[in-house]
Amino acid sequence: MKKLHYSELWCSSPRYWGGLALLAFIIALGLGSAYYMEHHGHWVTGMSNQVVWGLPHVFAIFLIVAASGALNVASIGSVFGGPMYKPLGRFSALLAIGLLAGGLVVLLLDLGRPDRLIVAMTKYNFKSIFAWNILLYTGFFAIVGVYIWTMIDRTVNKHYKMVGFAAFFWRLALTTGTGSIFGFLVAREAYDTAILAPMFIIMSFSFGLAFFILALISAYWWAGRQLGELRLTKLKNLLGVFIGAVLYFTLVYHLTNLYITAKHGVEAFVLLNGGIYPVMFWLGQILIGSIIPLFLIYSPAFSKSRFVISVASVLVLIGGFFQVYVIVIGGQAYPMSLFPGKEVLESSFYDGVVASYVPTLPEAMLGIGGIAVAMALVAIGSRMLKVLPESLEDPEDECA
Amino acid sequence: MRSSTGIKRIITGLIPGGLLAVLSMGVMSEPATVGVVTPGSKAASSEACVAPTEEMRRNHMDYLKHDRIEVVYKGIRDTEFGLSSCVECHAAKDDKGGYLPINGKGQFCDSCHEYVAVSLPCFQCHRKTPAEQGASGDSAMTGSNPHRLGLLQSGGGQLTLSADELRRLHVMTLEK
Amino acid sequence: MGKHDDQLDMKRREFIGKTVLAAGAATVAPGILLTVARAANETRGVTSAVRWGMLIDTNKCADDCTACVDACNKENGIDLVQRPEGASDADWNAQRPQWIRKVKLRDMATQVVTTLPMMCQHCEYPPCVDVCPTGASFKRADGIVMVDRHICIGCRYCMMACPYKARSFIHQNVENQLVAVPRGKGCVESCNFCVQRIDAGNTTTACQEACDKAGHKAILFGDLKDPESEITRAFKTHNSRQIRAELKLNTGVRYIDV
Repeated sequence: MKKLHYSELWCSSPRYWGGLALLAFIIALGLGSAYYMEHHGHWVTGMSNQVVWGLPHVFAIFLIVAASGALNVASIGSVFGGPMYKPLGRFSALLAIGLLAGGLVVLLLDLGRPDRLIVAMTKYNFKSIFAWNILLYTGFFAIVGVYIWTMIDRTVNKHYKMVGFAAFFWRLALTTGTGSIFGFLVAREAYDTAILAPMFIIMSFSFGLAFFILALISAYWWAGRQLGELRLTKLKNLLGVFIGAVLYFTLVYHLTNLYITAKHGVEAFVLLNGGIYPVMFWLGQILIGSIIPLFLIYSPAFSKSRFVISVASVLVLIGGFFQVYVIVIGGQAYPMSLFPGKEVLESSFYDGVVASYVPTLPEAMLGIGGIAVAMALVAIGSRMLKVLPESLEDPEDECA
Repeated sequence: MRSSTGIKRIITGLIPGGLLAVLSMGVMSEPATVGVVTPGSKAASSEACVAPTEEMRRNHMDYLKHDRIEVVYKGIRDTEFGLSSCVECHAAKDDKGGYLPINGKGQFCDSCHEYVAVSLPCFQCHRKTPAEQGASGDSAMTGSNPHRLGLLQSGGGQLTLSADELRRLHVMTLEK
Repeated sequence: MGKHDDQLDMKRREFIGKTVLAAGAATVAPGILLTVARAANETRGVTSAVRWGMLIDTNKCADDCTACVDACNKENGIDLVQRPEGASDADWNAQRPQWIRKVKLRDMATQVVTTLPMMCQHCEYPPCVDVCPTGASFKRADGIVMVDRHICIGCRYCMMACPYKARSFIHQNVENQLVAVPRGKGCVESCNFCVQRIDAGNTTTACQEACDKAGHKAILFGDLKDPESEITRAFKTHNSRQIRAELKLNTGVRYIDV
């Protein structure tokens, strides 16, 4: 078997610099939007006292979930010993760090008081899942940073396996924490269920891998390096398995709620009569995000097409975005049941009615800016570190 | 070769160093206008603050923080170093007799904080001028608190203690 | 020889141990004594011997009366919050702070119509306090649930967690505040039982005072731990309940006939 050589992404072409400039421009727009929102206050957004978390949170949670999933490829290489995945480990870890940073930037800039970051980092209420998450996020950066180090530096390579295990368990804890932000909320009917934690883990597998496939294909295209069929096919098939797993968890989540009479209202809201949310669920998550990608991935006609694999990954991400949107926004839009058995005739605070939420441009720009931050970090990181093998051509001896 | 790089280093070190020195001299040579109580405020007519001026200058932030915790968590509102007392005493009036925001340009809080380049976030939430007469929500500040000393702000919110009395009061509370 | 040395060594260790212990005690003791002494003197401030609560008789709450809401807005400076220029009616209603609100309900089976004021229920086990990452959302010793604005980062997780929708986020710049009720962009707030009045020795909230003045007397505020207080006696003679009692939050605010 040929020896692998890693090298920095070194392309002086306008492709790299032009791409980076575009990302910088999007980031600037995102920062401008954040400044606009913070300067005027949140009244310029669609968020209100009814829908308190809006589009920025959808982007942030989507990115954070995808971040832990992007690390999976590295974990398969080191924890589960997949030789085909091992060369991809470094890039996978870098992508994980990038996505998490992008998500956290959005989350931070949407705070009412982002200037109090220091308070968030120094004062902890250890009963708060948010506080756990702050520790989980910072720990993730540290552990994955060391993970990359053990993969790159031969002198510390002996710790690679151990750090790989630590990173794997840490990422499971992190996504459990993210899912529990919603799962542990008794107040709202769409949440308040422990299945959200494992469901978020499965979602992270799927979104993270989709991000990884896209980033890998574009990095090798950017650098003009060789990327073998076999590896992509393996990644693609794995993505198909994950899409199926997300569907399974979605099914169990809704079946549970459908069995509980008290939750029929919220189920009808999400699945049937909730306006935009059922459309997002059926069209966005199920059709665009699951069925079409599954068809593209498993249909023999397209099995070798790199373009089709990319399209399938993009669709998975779009579907995943809608899924998070329905969970985060839909869960808040459905009215809380303060007075069971009674209907609300009048209230100045929108009790008992579906809360409306119309996202505004700055919110969207902030979220897209977060994705740009993630992509820029990965682009810069792979130019500075030896994370990508010079060639990922299929090995001659089909060892896998 | 080696020596030339050494010289280069010294020079590159000297440039920012010299710049810093020049800048700091510029700061020092600025006339010390800070520390003057804003003319036209109540404080201008009283002899001393709730603690000696030197002490207040150095420690007011710690006093404020201490009392803020007393108020918010323990509900003790008759504290000696509350922010509202600063505003009460140090806010200046404009020509028409209305109060100027204490964090306004050149006003008591701002002048110093601007000078030392320390942000002043208190007034993002706190009232910047003394209480208006008869505002119902401020009943606590002027009203019927059985615990309060009752001296600092009598009825109209006027400071009726002399500086000497204030100092004695302060010593008393410190001993307690 | 060796054994002898061992013996000596043991003694030396013992000696060192005891010395360190004594030194430690000498260092710590004054601190403890001081703390104890201070605790004995500390009679000021809120105490857990009191738990503030409220009993609302929905039978007495009048349909078209908003006295409690108006009084709250005045007492807590909520009426000083300016509507941002260019905000639509719908946005302003969804985004302006509301500490107390009137809700009108109809029973779907019996068609009975009820009106009542809703506000922070001041739970004994408040979910907003559980979820707050910085501890800004907290419960005072006397049971009042409130926000320490100084360390609130504006994440709104408490608003996600509150089962009563009691909290409001300040969506805009606030130029004018009352001295006793600070308020600013980017923090979360909610009813705090007019804490500035309570701390000043008052025993009524603004909403109760207004309701009494309007002649309804639907709101009764008082100390739930005082067996002689009017509210405790009312609890004994009336059948009241908590909203969302199944969450077992042991709310401080209870309702008659909901």
